[in-house]
Amino acid sequence: MEQYQTLEHDVVVIGAGGAGLRAAIEASAAGCTVALVCKSLLGKAHTVMAEGGMAAAMANVDDRDSWKVHFADTMRGGQYLNNWRMAQLHAQEAPARVRELEAWGAVFDRTKDGRILQRNFGGHRYPRLAHVGDRTGLEMIRTLQDHGIHQGIDVFMEMTVVSLLKDGDRVVGALGYDRERGRFRVWKAKAVVLATGGVGKAFRITSNSWEYTGDGHALAYEAGADLLDMEFVQFHPTGMVWPPSVRGILVTEGVRGEGGVLRNKDGRRFMFDDIPDNYKNQTARDEEEGWRYVTGDKNANRPPELLTRDHVARCINREVKAGRGSPHGGVFLDIAWIKEKVANSEEHIKKKLPSMYHQFITLANIDITKVPMEVGPTTHYIMGGVRVDGDTQMSTVPGLFAAGEVAAGLHGANRLGGNSLSDLVVFGKRAGEYAAKWAKEKGAGTTNSAQVEEAMRLALAPFDRGDGGGGGENAFAVQSDLQGTMQDLVGIVRTENEMLRAIEEVGQLKSRAAKVGVSGHREYNPGWHTAIDLHNLLTVSEAIARAAVERKESRGAQFREDFPEKSAECAKFNLILRKGADGQMKVVREPVKPLPSDLQQIIDENK
Amino acid sequence: MAGQTKNTSSTGASDRAPRTFRVWRGDGQGGKFHDYSTEVGEGMVVLDAIHQIQAESAPDLACRWNCKAGKCGSCSAEINGQPRLMCMTRMDQLPPEGPVTVEPMRAFPAIRDLVTDVSHNFRAKKSIKKFSPRKPDAPDGTWRMQQADVDRVQEFRKCIECFLCQDVCHVLRDHHKHEEFVGPRLFVYTAALEMHPLDTENRLGDLKNKHGLGYCNITKCCTKVCPEHITITDNSIIPLKERVVDEFYDPLTRLFRIFKPAK
Repeated sequence: MEQYQTLEHDVVVIGAGGAGLRAAIEASAAGCTVALVCKSLLGKAHTVMAEGGMAAAMANVDDRDSWKVHFADTMRGGQYLNNWRMAQLHAQEAPARVRELEAWGAVFDRTKDGRILQRNFGGHRYPRLAHVGDRTGLEMIRTLQDHGIHQGIDVFMEMTVVSLLKDGDRVVGALGYDRERGRFRVWKAKAVVLATGGVGKAFRITSNSWEYTGDGHALAYEAGADLLDMEFVQFHPTGMVWPPSVRGILVTEGVRGEGGVLRNKDGRRFMFDDIPDNYKNQTARDEEEGWRYVTGDKNANRPPELLTRDHVARCINREVKAGRGSPHGGVFLDIAWIKEKVANSEEHIKKKLPSMYHQFITLANIDITKVPMEVGPTTHYIMGGVRVDGDTQMSTVPGLFAAGEVAAGLHGANRLGGNSLSDLVVFGKRAGEYAAKWAKEKGAGTTNSAQVEEAMRLALAPFDRGDGGGGGENAFAVQSDLQGTMQDLVGIVRTENEMLRAIEEVGQLKSRAAKVGVSGHREYNPGWHTAIDLHNLLTVSEAIARAAVERKESRGAQFREDFPEKSAECAKFNLILRKGADGQMKVVREPVKPLPSDLQQIIDENK
Repeated sequence: MAGQTKNTSSTGASDRAPRTFRVWRGDGQGGKFHDYSTEVGEGMVVLDAIHQIQAESAPDLACRWNCKAGKCGSCSAEINGQPRLMCMTRMDQLPPEGPVTVEPMRAFPAIRDLVTDVSHNFRAKKSIKKFSPRKPDAPDGTWRMQQADVDRVQEFRKCIECFLCQDVCHVLRDHHKHEEFVGPRLFVYTAALEMHPLDTENRLGDLKNKHGLGYCNITKCCTKVCPEHITITDNSIIPLKERVVDEFYDPLTRLFRIFKPAK
């Protein structure tokens, strides 16, 4: 019989990016014992990749800003499918979360009068993003990490959770293994917080790291929780396209916020050619007005490069498909041109975009202060995730909470840049707070050893099929084929037939995944880890495809070539995915909750 | 465009040629180099080659990585003997001939293949007194700080905790003073706290007595390997040494301390 170690905590947090760390800090501050379990070393989570900043209506740079405008911007970006309660809380609480980070040691860039500087970003009406150059995510994670290590949180690094444990309907713990030795552990807990991030590794071209395999989505789904809005996957318009090995790595929107412009191979600023009606009166009429906007003229409108990400991504896609792209299949993003406007522009660019400069000079041998970059769309973020209560962040399964990218609701059909970092801390705090409250009120449940043993057997099965069982399928090959299916058939432009084919292919890949064999030992064995990740990736891929088929319209991040317009009918529901009694995935329409009149009024006033 | 010579296809499939990678494999008990051949192409970095080797011929080859863009500091290793991030080391920066050696950081205990036990760094950080701001003193209940006053601290806060500076530091690497010496990364961390305009804590006594600042003899090896180009020695370690000297060895201060005990 496989052995395992059992640990007991009040609250277990799975994932140690911004949301997980913030949840752990809050639960711990509330007097709970907390275990923080993460797949990587502490401080390496995907949050470090966030570049542009953290949206919060502090009105430090433009005093017309307020939580109401931020709320209206977020709802517009999400095409009104957002959980409005989350959008409200997020806009109201983000400024306090930024100030809290400063009180914990974060050093944001400053305004001339010594306050926290805020920058422009796509879809935000006023300069709203608190930032540190283009490494804001690193600043956030390091601040939370350095604060958290003095809080008495038990951190379990390089451990993967493979199953949630239940007592009746309620989640009462988690089973995982350490990646160093492959030994199993059970964390018994009164409440569990998922903060596992996203699903980017389901696609071939992504800005996400290996960790982004939809673990939390799949754990919640298997535990009986509802997933919501899974059709909405954000393709960031600007990822690197060359050299091949870095294809997909993010190029921050901050480049455009600082005046970077998009051009096709003919030198045309094609973004001016297609401005959606609902953004027309907030978009610059010409290049000169766009420049005035990025340099702080309050009377100017934003350049079309700062329209929402889905729109910019599709415009780039269109240019490339029409043969007007750059040599390596992207378009040009030019920040070097500002030398016409700014004295000492090279130093200015290096100061404002240091890691972009560094990334391009090192990986592509391109000096962005002198020549344009080549960029193209990359899978970046999933708006969908675990359905949660807006105030408490509890899922539809008692005792299971979710925060950050793994949770759904705040962003609706599309997320605005900068709203992710603020999401992490606003709802990370709330998840920690309410998980602690739940833990104190409900006490401990009972874990079931048969559940644990079955989950361990499943996790170890690939070894039986490996060296001893004739080899089996190669986990990397199955993952690579899945990425191809999702990239080609459920990507930035979607059609019914292709997606139905994708669902069929995912079914076939599931059969292959069940035959994956792994050789060697259990210590840091990437083949084994990939075999386990595959299950999660297949679950989220199926959910994305099924929801995308069901939504027969183009809205937010979803673009359907066969239904290129928005539909009034589809505006009325969100899509829920849950595991049916027969073990099959079910898609259910959930009516959108009507907005209270005070919030509706805010939206109308900010149209 | 600079750096784009022959290959204009978007796949990079052309110009690929086999290359030998001599990778250290083993664990805490010992190990040896194994040769793997894999095809390398335009723009590839060493981490790409390691991933290819995993997928093609050594699925159990252990290595850490995350962001693949030089931001997370996970994939530190010694490439041809130099401490570097595997994700930021392009193949065309290495000599075109002969095998490429890849081995784990040698200043830390080996766990498996390219993965080392870096827990020293996390323990050492915990021993440093945390950020302790003065009371908010602006009318809105926060603080004011000028950009010029935070530039230096922001330089230190660029650190991605790759621990290459720790790897190359001879006090750790050759003299194994892990228990008495926190190392360059943690001096940068301490300097960021000490020079933070809001911080009120005093860490100079700990630097001198607990954290081994005196062991550093300013060879600047750490600065040379920093992928974030933080001027570790000149901007953090030397100023900290000066502050310690001022606090504990300045004759006037010592005289003064006879009447007023040190905090």
